[in-house]
Amino acid sequence: MKIQSLDPRITRSEIELEKPFDEAKELDQWQTYEVFHQTKRGQQHQHVGCVHAPNAEMALLFAKEVYGRRGLCVNLWVAKSSNIFATDYEDADIFECEEVKTYRDPGYYKVMDRIKAFKEKQQSI
Amino acid sequence: MNISEKGFEAIKDLLYKMADDQLIIGHRNSEWTGLGPVLEEDIAFSSMAQDKLGHSQALYDVLSQMGEGDPDTIAFMRNAEQFHCCHLVEYPIGEYEFSLMRHFFFDNAELLRFEMLADSSFEPLSFIAKKIKGEIKYHSMHADIWISQLGSASEESKIRMQNALNETFPLALGVFEKGIFEDVLKSEGIFEGEDVLKERWMSAVSQIIEKAGLKLPEVNSITPSLGGRRGKHTEYLQPLLDEMTEVFRIDPSAEW
Repeated sequence: MKIQSLDPRITRSEIELEKPFDEAKELDQWQTYEVFHQTKRGQQHQHVGCVHAPNAEMALLFAKEVYGRRGLCVNLWVAKSSNIFATDYEDADIFECEEVKTYRDPGYYKVMDRIKAFKEKQQSI
Repeated sequence: MNISEKGFEAIKDLLYKMADDQLIIGHRNSEWTGLGPVLEEDIAFSSMAQDKLGHSQALYDVLSQMGEGDPDTIAFMRNAEQFHCCHLVEYPIGEYEFSLMRHFFFDNAELLRFEMLADSSFEPLSFIAKKIKGEIKYHSMHADIWISQLGSASEESKIRMQNALNETFPLALGVFEKGIFEDVLKSEGIFEGEDVLKERWMSAVSQIIEKAGLKLPEVNSITPSLGGRRGKHTEYLQPLLDEMTEVFRIDPSAEW
């Protein structure tokens, strides 16, 4: 018995129902490349995702269609995922910030001024 | 430069063959959607197939403005004998190397044809040529990179690519079959002609093929697959049209 599908391409392929697929082989995938796009000349590139590719040239080729085809892109970078160095999630506590030290954040004073002014205004009404 | 009445007939003939090529290869290549070799390539190939349909629509629009009827009707209501596409675009998708090699030969010809048409005396055509320049540049870039990649990847890929090349080359030469208005197109500055295009194409593709480690057959020893431009098609076109137009023909007046 061969597969009869509504998709004529599947029917044409004459796939046997008894043994429809080859046995899965061990993974032999291409490496991944991280993709960065730039929306405007002069702006910083931003990470948008990754693609599988055998080399950088083909990674750029795929990245263009996968991430750059809806306009808003003037330039693409790709970098082998294996070339990215990263922190361990085990060390995520290094990013924790104590509440009392928020005065060390760049946005602290400006925002607090505004909040205080808003509160005072509310009380005076 | 003023275009004569005969010139307009010549333009229609040119537009038909270009638009039909785009429509048919677009439909063929879309048959890979969902079945492509890897996800990224599936997306890229499908997207390019969609571009091709867009290009055909732009050309059918011009024909429509010249009095040839509604673009959908032109695209979906003709029989095989009324089509002007070349044999290369009609063949079934085959194995992936066949589709890639066809894409390579076809899109390199497209790139050069539209480059030439950017200077056409017929303004609507030069406008389209400039507008779709970037898309076609990507299409040929995509094809060129795949050819050089697979020409040297492994023993198997090399053999497969060379066989696909031998199979597609006579079909590819059929792209340059002249229509009956060839001289008019040239004398009225509409299009420089198929001979010039073919010469430029030969020099472009032979460079890439050589770099990829593949061999181009001796052109003079090959019989080009001709007839498509005059309505003589392969056995593959009519079944494609039947499938492509199946839904449209249920109710041609339906609003989409």
